[in-house]
Amino acid sequence: MTPAPSIAYSPRRVAAMVLRYWYLLRSSWARLVELIYWPAVQMLMWGFLQLYIGENASFFARASGIFIGAVLLWDILFRGQLGFSVSFLEEMYARNLGNLMMSPLRASEFITALMIMSIVRLAIGMVPVSLLAIVFFGFNLYSLGLALAAFFANLILTSWSVGIFVSGLVLRNGLGAETFAWSIMFLFLPLTCVYYPVAILPGYLQYLAWALPPTYVFEGMRALLIDHVFRADLMVQALLLNTVLMAAAVISFRKLLDSARMQGSLLQTGE
Amino acid sequence: MSSGTAIAVDQLVKVYKNVTAVDGISFALERGSITGLLGGNGAGKTTTIATIMGLVIPTSGSVTVLGTDMARYRHRILHRMNFESPYVEMPMRLTIRQNLTVFGMLYGVENIAERIGVIAEELDLTELLDRPTGKLSAGQKTRASLAKSLINRPEVLLLDEPTASLDPDTADWVRGRLERYCAERGATVLLASHNMTEVERLCERVIIMKKGKIEDDDTPRHLLARYGRRTLEEVFLDVVRGRGEAREAAQ
Repeated sequence: MTPAPSIAYSPRRVAAMVLRYWYLLRSSWARLVELIYWPAVQMLMWGFLQLYIGENASFFARASGIFIGAVLLWDILFRGQLGFSVSFLEEMYARNLGNLMMSPLRASEFITALMIMSIVRLAIGMVPVSLLAIVFFGFNLYSLGLALAAFFANLILTSWSVGIFVSGLVLRNGLGAETFAWSIMFLFLPLTCVYYPVAILPGYLQYLAWALPPTYVFEGMRALLIDHVFRADLMVQALLLNTVLMAAAVISFRKLLDSARMQGSLLQTGE
Repeated sequence: MSSGTAIAVDQLVKVYKNVTAVDGISFALERGSITGLLGGNGAGKTTTIATIMGLVIPTSGSVTVLGTDMARYRHRILHRMNFESPYVEMPMRLTIRQNLTVFGMLYGVENIAERIGVIAEELDLTELLDRPTGKLSAGQKTRASLAKSLINRPEVLLLDEPTASLDPDTADWVRGRLERYCAERGATVLLASHNMTEVERLCERVIIMKKGKIEDDDTPRHLLARYGRRTLEEVFLDVVRGRGEAREAAQ
């Protein structure tokens, strides 16, 4: 019997793709270890640096946790985007994209599955590392409570937007554009002021910094850890910018996909 | 387009920058027919198949499958189609069963476990179901890929060199399975191949492409008679080397 048509958005097809990535993760211990390895290295390095500086500078002694907090939040942003993009790249490496593109899977379902996998991969990597931060440095990320939820939501939205845009670039240009998946987020590192306040930047760069949603999160984190104030206004502004960023990313993805179909580049998914 | 038409290609043109890959071709495939699409490298076969699947947007002209415009509404019909090509692979680390489960879900197949059991039995894959796809031999991979292409019992099946890199025995076995499936299901098949024996055995109609155009389109028997050749391979060589045109000019 011919399968029943499922023309509209299908949660079952999203589940199929999540299952596909879960099978892959489960089959490869190297992939699982890598998810934890880099966040752990980062957290340990910045944690020990903070200990050292804290012993020699009263400000840092008072504002304990700003470096570890910053690196953990940065990892949510960076690893969230990588989790999205790497899952997508797995299809290119496996030469499976043609199978997916010629199946009933819709772009919106594919993107949803990649978002879910970004959270799954993030959880596998970040939960153990955040627990290590408690053990090594007494920094409990979860003590941030609801503020953490607001930080997380804004950071993950930004990471997805970047991931969607990069996936569109790779669809359109093949694996030659893969480098953006690994490097584009590093442009955010100095501009979003992960480890220092926005006021440090030259005036013209401050405008650019405030145009990026993560800047509000990192400023909000410092306000919370140093001044013990939760800046809801910053979170709302970040959410508004994230809405614009997500819309731009989705439109870009659709245009890049259409362009790939026009140029026939979905047939050549190599270099 | 008649109600018995499964695939209708009408004045299809595809231009990539300055290169014309497909140059105004038209053909219609009847439901339940098996048609061979032949042509040398760069003749436009892959672009034609990709356009039929909706993977490439035509520069002009149209492609309809089971009455649906593929450039605009392909998602209405993709669950009734499938394809197989040695140039597209299934994820290597996943077992055959895992891959078939995922694709079964993507194609909206009900009772997936049961369907996998049946198709594995038909394609002699039962013993291999829990083996990673990357650890299969070329012949086993082709059978696994064929299982994926038949998982949803498609009404329209596009095959791009389904027996490439297979030994003659396995290739013959695969052709036999395809014949049986088409006979049982009444499926419409478009087969792109360089293997003329395969085309002669499976296809009741052959479309030969050259430089983006259709050079000839007829039954294998008529083509052999018209070109005065004994095999389709000789006909193919005549067409791609322009000897057919030379003969026609001389006549």
